[in-house]
Amino acid sequence: MDVKDQVIAIIAEQAMLEPSDVALDSTPEDLGIDSLGLVETIFAIEEAFDISVPFNANDPTASDFDISSVAKIIEGIQTLIKEQSS
Amino acid sequence: MKRVVITGAGTINALGHDVAQTQEAMREGRCGIGELEFRDVDRLAIRIGGQVRGYDAEAVFNRQQLALYDRFTQFTLLAARQAMAQSGLEFSGELANKSGVVLGTSGGGLTTQDENYRAVYEEGKNRVHPFVVPKLMNNAAASHVSMEFNLRGPSFTVATACASSNHAMGQAFQMIRTGMCTAMITGGSESMLCFGGVKAWEGLRVMTKDACRPFSATRNGMVQGEGAGIFVFEEYEHAKARGATILAEVLGFAMTSDAADIVMPSKQGAARAISGALADARIDKTRVGYVNAHGTGTAANDKTECAAVADVFGTHADKLMMSSTKSMHGHLIGGTGAVELLACLMALNEGIIAPTINYEEPDPECALDVVPNEAREAEVDVVLTNAFAFGGLNAVLALGRV
Repeated sequence: MDVKDQVIAIIAEQAMLEPSDVALDSTPEDLGIDSLGLVETIFAIEEAFDISVPFNANDPTASDFDISSVAKIIEGIQTLIKEQSS
Repeated sequence: MKRVVITGAGTINALGHDVAQTQEAMREGRCGIGELEFRDVDRLAIRIGGQVRGYDAEAVFNRQQLALYDRFTQFTLLAARQAMAQSGLEFSGELANKSGVVLGTSGGGLTTQDENYRAVYEEGKNRVHPFVVPKLMNNAAASHVSMEFNLRGPSFTVATACASSNHAMGQAFQMIRTGMCTAMITGGSESMLCFGGVKAWEGLRVMTKDACRPFSATRNGMVQGEGAGIFVFEEYEHAKARGATILAEVLGFAMTSDAADIVMPSKQGAARAISGALADARIDKTRVGYVNAHGTGTAANDKTECAAVADVFGTHADKLMMSSTKSMHGHLIGGTGAVELLACLMALNEGIIAPTINYEEPDPECALDVVPNEAREAEVDVVLTNAFAFGGLNAVLALGRV
């Protein structure tokens, strides 16, 4: 499974949806993931890729990490994996 | 002053997953204590406990709930659902605003703490699950009960070690009696049966390796249990108006502090709590037919408790029965008074007195009728339930039939 599929699988599990139902342009809110769910998702992603995600639950939009859509989350994760593996 | 009655009861503990199973085990004098089963148990010197068995959390709660519910919260919710179903109450509008949750626990989410300390200290992990804090906090169970049943009034958790749930139920009682609240969900829960939980108790050297034998001359310590007991307390007129089944009336409550020693019990502190509950209930001591003892099975507690009861009741002490059901379900620490209240309800409603099992030999320092080994049929009018905590904090409730 590549990074994209793995992130979608994590998000799908959190949203209790099938991975095929997770559209790339949907927001966490669209998928029914609330703030606590988002924190749990970030944790699962960190565990899966052994990376640290700069996500601040106090004000998610002010974080360096873009969570505005599934595609943005995947993009951010891919960048972090590259940065943190070097 | 308002009258306060109990209109719902629920439990999960080593004797059963509901009230009927638990009371049946108490009638039969069945022991729920056995070999402990959890990770690293082979590193413990104490390997017995009253563990809840045959319980599959995933069959009851979904993954997202389990991420937030420590075992003590799961037990609480299971028992609360039973109590609420029995009471038939639904909370909305003004009733919801005037009803709340007061629960007792000592360790709260201790299993969650244990697992996560293990992860960061032993396994060297540098990241823990984001819900560790909301899962381990002592008020988590009370909060989840308030959310599940829409209780919007005074809600909190009390922690007074082994007296926690008696203090909690006493608070709930007083809040209804004074008119502050209409109904309360109350009781307590505990889940300390994990490596760290038992290891800590082991250190104190008051635990037995073989069996809990309260009041027996051969007693050699306490055994830990786990589980929850949850009740619906309700203002009497409110319960009567809606035709609710009334399980018992809470007649009185008293609490005292020994102000003496952090672990050794005091006869005076216990006696003041017992006589205080009788005075609060305005009942004559000769009406008391049964006392559910704190009866931990330690040398110190049992003789002190018997001396306190003898002091308060005088010659009537020889006429009343006093048993410790901890011999069957173990010591549920902060949840123990709540599970033991079920023995009181059984005594009042069915006329059956739960026994003190594992009783082998009389102890002259515990020379009361402790209902040894076999349950007994007896009509009782008023019952007491004792809880005497480490730290010298004592809480006694008096109950009767309506």
